[in-house]
Amino acid sequence: MKTDVLIIGAGLMGASTALHLAMRGCQCIVIDKASPGRHASGSNAGGLRQLNRDPAEIPLTVEAARMWQNIESLVDSDCDARFTGQLRVAENQSDMDKLEQRAALLRSMGYQHEEMIGKQALYQLVPALSPHCVGGLICRHDGYARPYHALTAFRRKAESLGVVFHPCTEAYHIEQTGEDWQLHTSKGDFSSNILVNCAGAWAGQLADLLNEPVPLTPKALMLMVTERLPHFVDPVMGAASRKLSFKQMQNGTLIIGGALVAKLDFELEKTQIDWLQLANSAKTVIDFFPQLSNVRIIRAWAGIEGFLPDAIPVISASQTAKNAYHAFGFSAHGFQLSPVVGRILSQLILDGQSELPIEPFNISRFAQKKS
Amino acid sequence: MFKQFSDSTTNTIEVVLNGQAIQVTQGISVAAMILAQGLRFNRTTPVSNSKYAPFCMMGVCYDCLMVIDGKPNQRACSIRVKQGMKIDTQQGVGPALRTSVGG
Amino acid sequence: MDNHYQLLIIGAGPAGLAAATTASRLGVSCALLDEQPEPGGQIYRSIESVSGQRAQTLGSEYLRGKQLAKAFRDCDAAYFPETQVWSLNNQRQVGILHKEESKIITADQILVASGAMERPVPFPGWTLPGVMQAGAGQILFKSAGMIPDDGVVLAGSGPLLLLLAWQYMHAGVEIKAILDVTPLSNHLLALPKLPKALLAHQYLSKGLAYQKELRRAGVKTKIGVSSLQANGEEYLESVSYNHFSRQQTIETDVLLTHFGVIPHIWLTQSAGCHHIWDKHQQCWRPQHDEWGKTSIDGILVAGDGAGINGARSAEHAGRLAGLQAVYALRVITRQERDEQAVNDRKWMLDDRHIRPFLEAYFAIPDEILATPDNHTIICRCEEVTAGEIRNAVKNGHGDSNQVKFLTRCGMGPCQGRQCANAVAHIVADAGGAPVSDQSHFRGRPPVTPLTLAQLASLSEADTQ
Repeated sequence: MKTDVLIIGAGLMGASTALHLAMRGCQCIVIDKASPGRHASGSNAGGLRQLNRDPAEIPLTVEAARMWQNIESLVDSDCDARFTGQLRVAENQSDMDKLEQRAALLRSMGYQHEEMIGKQALYQLVPALSPHCVGGLICRHDGYARPYHALTAFRRKAESLGVVFHPCTEAYHIEQTGEDWQLHTSKGDFSSNILVNCAGAWAGQLADLLNEPVPLTPKALMLMVTERLPHFVDPVMGAASRKLSFKQMQNGTLIIGGALVAKLDFELEKTQIDWLQLANSAKTVIDFFPQLSNVRIIRAWAGIEGFLPDAIPVISASQTAKNAYHAFGFSAHGFQLSPVVGRILSQLILDGQSELPIEPFNISRFAQKKS
Repeated sequence: MFKQFSDSTTNTIEVVLNGQAIQVTQGISVAAMILAQGLRFNRTTPVSNSKYAPFCMMGVCYDCLMVIDGKPNQRACSIRVKQGMKIDTQQGVGPALRTSVGG
Repeated sequence: MDNHYQLLIIGAGPAGLAAATTASRLGVSCALLDEQPEPGGQIYRSIESVSGQRAQTLGSEYLRGKQLAKAFRDCDAAYFPETQVWSLNNQRQVGILHKEESKIITADQILVASGAMERPVPFPGWTLPGVMQAGAGQILFKSAGMIPDDGVVLAGSGPLLLLLAWQYMHAGVEIKAILDVTPLSNHLLALPKLPKALLAHQYLSKGLAYQKELRRAGVKTKIGVSSLQANGEEYLESVSYNHFSRQQTIETDVLLTHFGVIPHIWLTQSAGCHHIWDKHQQCWRPQHDEWGKTSIDGILVAGDGAGINGARSAEHAGRLAGLQAVYALRVITRQERDEQAVNDRKWMLDDRHIRPFLEAYFAIPDEILATPDNHTIICRCEEVTAGEIRNAVKNGHGDSNQVKFLTRCGMGPCQGRQCANAVAHIVADAGGAPVSDQSHFRGRPPVTPLTLAQLASLSEADTQ
């Protein structure tokens, strides 16, 4: 099969890139070794968070937030997005100082979206919170969406514009003849002008094949979800100095996470829940919301995601091969960025440049580490 | 719906079912007790507000969830009645959680 | 409770009791964990406390549990009733909840004897109060001495339906009808298996005797029933069905259904043991050898949790797995294991002669399993209908796990126990692929829900 652009990875980044390319009249094929959303894209916590991002990501996250506010115009579905705000809670003065510093950094960069609030405003916003907290840093336009629904919406919209997805298609061998790419897979051969690597935790293997190795580490982040509860909290909650990420979904369930890493057998793609870490997480939740002590956990799981040492992604053209592009290594905070990353890649591919500053995400930053 | 077979124990204890103190057979599960009392449902569902009653009686279906001693989502089939136990029909996701300090 | 045992057994039904007794007699440190307050499992539930009159009504097969429980009580195995097992992994770490505290303990050998559950088969109205599984009727009788007081309709297929009818008849319950949905074509399909089944004729003659007694007592059994439906505004009011092309309705406030039983595989699945679709038993079961060894080193299965073979076989399989565990612990030699296993292996083979016949005779037809009408609720917890599942498949969500992601089917408190099989059948049917190719819902622990406080009580020391 021949196409303009061949995208490896049918997760959110791949689907968003395909969608943006298709919107500009490009033919795309997306292949995935599993079913779409099998790993990080389907099993992440769905946070729409600008709060507390790396400074390099701020121009992207702000643009992505604008796109999420209007996501229905892009993908014909609201992806169940809710803009309830995201909040980092301070438990003492040193937490407050830390958050103040962060707010000052953003102001110095000319951004206003992260805002300090005092104790009174905090308890107005989250009356259910344990009384010991003193304030917080909030991004009011943040929120959450349902990851698998978002992925489905991106995929379906892309399909409506002619993109073809090939799930459960394993890439065996890749080669470049002239400037074109040939890919041999379990479901036949594909050829294209352009190759895009959106392979998530597996993207490092593809980068290796293009002779530009990156220190991408696969890890599995754990989440747990409770039974449905009466509505009791609006914003997505984090803490200034503790591992906590916590939200109540529209259906009443709570999703609890916070960068907790499961045991992972990457070869077998098997994850194993580390209960001791989840026990600590449960303690943290109870510290902030003692009334949740008797709430039941229904499921815990871990999704496999690619992490880079500087915890920001690679979004760039290949430095070693012509007509190849990368978007991976989102280090567990890619969900919110997905609409804008697809647009950036489409611009890189079709215009040769992006309107947003993406130099920090160039894959060349890992090149000098090669011996 | 259900009654006790003639051989059943006649030892009773007192529980409070939906606010009313009643005498019930000792040693049976809460789910068996409500069926014996003729209570036709133990909860309404969070999705459609339908009435649900015990279904499997062996702890796998979770249809028999009730509020027991103030705790929601308890499997009535897997908990035995106790003297003084407070048992309530569960409405949807259960009673509101405390959402204000001291409230 | 210790933090480590040589052998840990989960489930105090016939398999677990027999295994614990066998292993502890051979000097192995052994603990038996069980959800119930008394040993016996579901089949011998309340066996230690049941009154003589009720026990007689339940029949001689039930009374067999007394000896098993007694032998177990007389052995040295540690026993922890009212204990939930919420996690098991391939490192043989077992997450348990005992007296409101969670703990992770380990063992060199683990036997999962988790037993069976009723095969959940969705049909219109099956969520109405008053519709229950036949097993629920039995449990109410065994453990609470409760019987329907205004008559009952029994519907479905399988030996338990007959047994329950017989027990109810002896307890003086009015049986309004037995609606047998076993397709008449099954009789022909099962015929070739009959000669072998005659080797286990005790089951056949018992079944025939039950039928005869019921007939003599005037109980109506309708065979070849289809289109079973429970009706009622808020509660069950009547049951309707099709019988030889005639639509019939019976008023009743209790309907007990039975469509066979399936292994309760949530623990072995969560541990990552390899499971296979057993087309004869129409269910998934853990793959295992004749000693109960699964694909994971040191994890064994026995009893109906390993595949449905009934209570007697469970007892034999439990002893074999117990011997295997003791052998794996190097307490006995291979030769000693084999010598001590001779009788159980023989009895188990004899006992299983009946299974191919029963499986063919009581096979549930695809019309019932795979094609419930679009309005029928499949996931009781999240109230997801067959139509929603078919729609998801049509829109490219081609496996059970994708359907679950999209529809929340299987995401409620029962964790998919009541819908996993039905979803597999419907997805297979909608996608035009055999059910044996379908994936089960991925195991998402905890296997039983755990409160945040119970989870938080897990401490560093417990995981050593």
